[in-house]
Amino acid sequence: MSALFFAVVAWVAGAGLYGIVTSRHSVHQVIALIVLQTSTYVLLLGVGYKAGGVAPYFSDISRHARTVDPVVQALALTDVVVEAAVTTLLLAFIIQAHKRFGTVDPQQFSQLEG
Amino acid sequence: MIVAVAGGPSLDALQVTLLVIVAAGAALVVLTREPVRQVIVLSAYGLLLALLFLTLQAPDVSLSELVVGAIVLPILLLAALAKIKRDVK
Amino acid sequence: MTPSVRRWLCLAAIAGFAGFYLWGLQGLPGFGRYPGPYGNIIASHAVEQAHATGVVSAVNFDYRGFDTLGEEFILFIAATGVATVLRRLRGERRGVPVDQVGGREQTGTSDAVRVMAVLLVGPMVLYGWYLTSHAQTSPAGGFQGGVVLASAVVLVYLAGQFQAFRRITPVGLLETAEAVGAGSFVAVGLSALAYGLAYLTNILPLGHQPGAVDSSGTIALISFFVGVEVSAAFAMMVAELLEQALVIRETGT
Repeated sequence: MSALFFAVVAWVAGAGLYGIVTSRHSVHQVIALIVLQTSTYVLLLGVGYKAGGVAPYFSDISRHARTVDPVVQALALTDVVVEAAVTTLLLAFIIQAHKRFGTVDPQQFSQLEG
Repeated sequence: MIVAVAGGPSLDALQVTLLVIVAAGAALVVLTREPVRQVIVLSAYGLLLALLFLTLQAPDVSLSELVVGAIVLPILLLAALAKIKRDVK
Repeated sequence: MTPSVRRWLCLAAIAGFAGFYLWGLQGLPGFGRYPGPYGNIIASHAVEQAHATGVVSAVNFDYRGFDTLGEEFILFIAATGVATVLRRLRGERRGVPVDQVGGREQTGTSDAVRVMAVLLVGPMVLYGWYLTSHAQTSPAGGFQGGVVLASAVVLVYLAGQFQAFRRITPVGLLETAEAVGAGSFVAVGLSALAYGLAYLTNILPLGHQPGAVDSSGTIALISFFVGVEVSAAFAMMVAELLEQALVIRETGT
C-alpha cells in the first residue's frame, strides 16, 4: 500500500514538472509550479504519518498517545503560507514582463532582449 | 479511527480514495490550459489537498492549505490575469 | 528548441527522475511505519517543557524557532519584493477604479455575493485573531491566523467596494505592521541574550497549566507577531495586485 502513496507523490511532482516545461502562458506555468510544490507537502506529511497515530495536540488526549510526527507538520505548515507569498512575487514579475515585452508566453521570452 | 495492527493495511480506505482523487486533480490542473479556468480547478484541488492533509492527521496544515488554496491564491492569480488581459486589449 | 522536442525531453527527464526516486524509496520505511525518533522525543516532552499542548506550534516557535525566523523573512522579502516590482512605471497613471470582466459586458457583483461577503467579514476577523492567539493550545498559530485575517480584508473587496478595501489597507499602515511583526520576532529572540541565554530561549513565565491561554511563554507571543506580519504581508500583496489590475493604466489608453 505504501507504493501507492509514493507513486501519487511522484505523479503529482511529474505533472507539475510537465506543466512547467510545456506551458505557453506564464500564469499557467506558475500554477504548475504550485502543483509541483504541493507534492512536497504530501510527501512530508506522508513521511511523518504513523498508522493509527493521531494529530499531535494534547489538550484532550493522553500525554502518551501515539501521535504522528509534529516536526514535518511544522515544516509543511510554514511552507504552505510562505510559498504563496513567493508565488505572488513571481506574478508581479510576470505583470512587469508583460508590460515590457507584450507577451506572457515563456517560450518567447528567450527570443526577447530586455 | 483505525487501530494499528502489525502487518495490517497502513492506509485506510479514505486515504486511498483521496490520494487517487488528488493525483487526478493534479493532472487536471496542469492540463487545463486556459488560465482563468485553471484557477478555479486549482482552488478545488486545494480543497482536496486540505481533506487529504486532514486524513493524514495534520489539521493545522489542512487549515492553512484551505485558506491559501481557496481564497488567497485564487484572488492573487485572478488579479494578475485581469491585469494582463486588460493590457492585451 | 521546438515545443515537441521540449516535451519529449521533459518526459524523458521525468522518467529518469522517477527511476531514481523509486530506487531511493527502497531504503525508506513504508508508509505509516516511520519510526520518527526526533518527533517522538518532542511529542513526549513539549507539553511538560514548553507548557504547550499544540506541539506543532511548540516546534515552529520554540524548538525550531530560528528556522521559522528564516521562513518569516522569506515572506517579508517576498512581500517587499512585490511592492517594489509593482511600483508605478514611467508612462503610467492612476485611473478611476474600474472593475472588469474579461470579454464580457461589465456586470455588477450580485446581491447574494455582497451580503454573504459583508456577513462573513466580522466572523473571519474574529476567527483570525482566535487562531493567532491560540497557537499554544490548538491547531492554530500565526501563519494560519494571519492568512485568515488577510482573507477577511479580501472579503471587503468581494463585497464590491474597492474604495472601502483601499481605505482599510493604507500602504503605510501595512508596511509598518509588517515591519513591527518581523522586527518583534527578532527582538523576542534577542531579549533572551540579555539573560545570558541562547537566542530564542523561552524566557517568559510558562503559566501554571499547559493548555491554558496564558501558558507557553514566548510561543504565544511569537505566534502573535507572526500573525501580524503574515496578515499585513498578504493584505499588502493583494492590495498591490488589485491596484495594478483596476487602477493603474498606461497613458493614452
